[in-house]
Amino acid sequence: MNIVENLKYTPDHEWIQVDGNVATVGITDYAQSQLGDIVFVDVQTEGEDLEKGESFGSIEAVKTVEDMYMPISGTILEFNNGLEDTPDAINKDPYTSGWVIKIKLSNASELDSLMDATAYKAHLESL
Amino acid sequence: MGARMVPFAGYNMPVQFEGLMAEHHTVRKAVGVFDVSHMGEFWVKGPKAFEFVQWVTSNDVAKLYDGKIQYSCFPNGKGGIVDDLLVYRIDELTYLLVVNAANIDKDWAWCLENAQKMGLQPGKDIYNASDEIAQLAIQGPLALKAMQKLVKEPIEDMEYYTFKKVEFAGVKDVILSTTGYTGSGGCEIYMANKDAETIFKAVFEAGAEFGIKPIGLGARDTLRLEMGFCLYGNDINDTTSPLEAGLGWITKFTPEKDFVDKEFMLKQKEAGLNRKLIGFEMIDKGIPRQHYPICDAQGIEIGEVTSGTMAPSLNIPIGMGYVPTALSKPDSEIFISIRGKLLKAKVVKFPFYKG
Repeated sequence: MNIVENLKYTPDHEWIQVDGNVATVGITDYAQSQLGDIVFVDVQTEGEDLEKGESFGSIEAVKTVEDMYMPISGTILEFNNGLEDTPDAINKDPYTSGWVIKIKLSNASELDSLMDATAYKAHLESL
Repeated sequence: MGARMVPFAGYNMPVQFEGLMAEHHTVRKAVGVFDVSHMGEFWVKGPKAFEFVQWVTSNDVAKLYDGKIQYSCFPNGKGGIVDDLLVYRIDELTYLLVVNAANIDKDWAWCLENAQKMGLQPGKDIYNASDEIAQLAIQGPLALKAMQKLVKEPIEDMEYYTFKKVEFAGVKDVILSTTGYTGSGGCEIYMANKDAETIFKAVFEAGAEFGIKPIGLGARDTLRLEMGFCLYGNDINDTTSPLEAGLGWITKFTPEKDFVDKEFMLKQKEAGLNRKLIGFEMIDKGIPRQHYPICDAQGIEIGEVTSGTMAPSLNIPIGMGYVPTALSKPDSEIFISIRGKLLKAKVVKFPFYKG
């Protein structure tokens, strides 16, 4: 299972990469492998301010649908439109071309509550 | 085999092996194997066998001949369906009923109740062999060609819904039928549990040159759904009538045949149906799932999605559900309520996938 260093993780298997005031969010390699072939990503929250833990969209495999949750509070700046035509980018490259949204942080201190790669690995092992 | 397992009807079942999508395409283009040993098998034998099967099932058993199979259902006496099943006629006095795993206990109780009223002896004239028989479904356009290597008599030209008792990979008395739940051709084979391992290995060896692979329950569902085949528990149940479900073609009102609920269904047929099971394709972007509301253009709920998925062979989202008869014609516009939004869909004819 691929876990990238220097990213932050949530227990719900989202990853977050922070660059100044802006964060990129996606789902982890573990999450995509559990979902299987991803066929649809539905994000209709561009421009909205959402709290940490709120659903910002959903991701659908052939047989299942799962909500995706805000790892931290902020404004949804952008949805990865490429996923409309190639949702399976999340299966192939969950940490690069399979990113899902970009967020403008509203409370950077929330980052402290997220897991680093080592802690996320331990979290996966505990499941 | 590296399968992801899920509990299903008390069995531990593989939902997928290498991945649902790849498995689906394997069956559409080559050959795949489903272990469906959990299915139930009841034997009905003796001078009252015909009369019994004719009474408990909706299709006309008189149409069967030795080696012929029919799709049928058990009406439940209240206008609904106990289960859907396959009826195999071995000979005039011997029938094999193949039922859904999740319904074995319910079906057996229902059959026993009716059998005893008709004077069949449990254990002798009617026998539940579900725990003794293993079943594999070998499906796909290359399935029969691959399995021919294991059987002496010709199987590639067998008619749809027929069977033979064959020696299969050296194992005698294997029932091989040209049936399946995928719409891609192939066969299903029934064997004693003790022979299952031998046969399982032989099937994969014979199929290797054709790219044979194990297929999980996930692809079994997308394959059947693309054909518009009903799944008991989703699209049909104790409250849906066979006529509403589009199973009028297996509900026969010939004068010679009496069966459970015949009168009720005749009345329903004459009065006209209030609702029908339809197939639909999404027009707006979204994937329908079981239990999502179906609405009319005003947003009023008119039914519920009974099955839905992204269709791997069509690359569009499809679904099934019951709607009022007035909205059941092809091209009727309906709306699926998906996470609070009304998304447009249109009614289409079955099957979704035309091969």
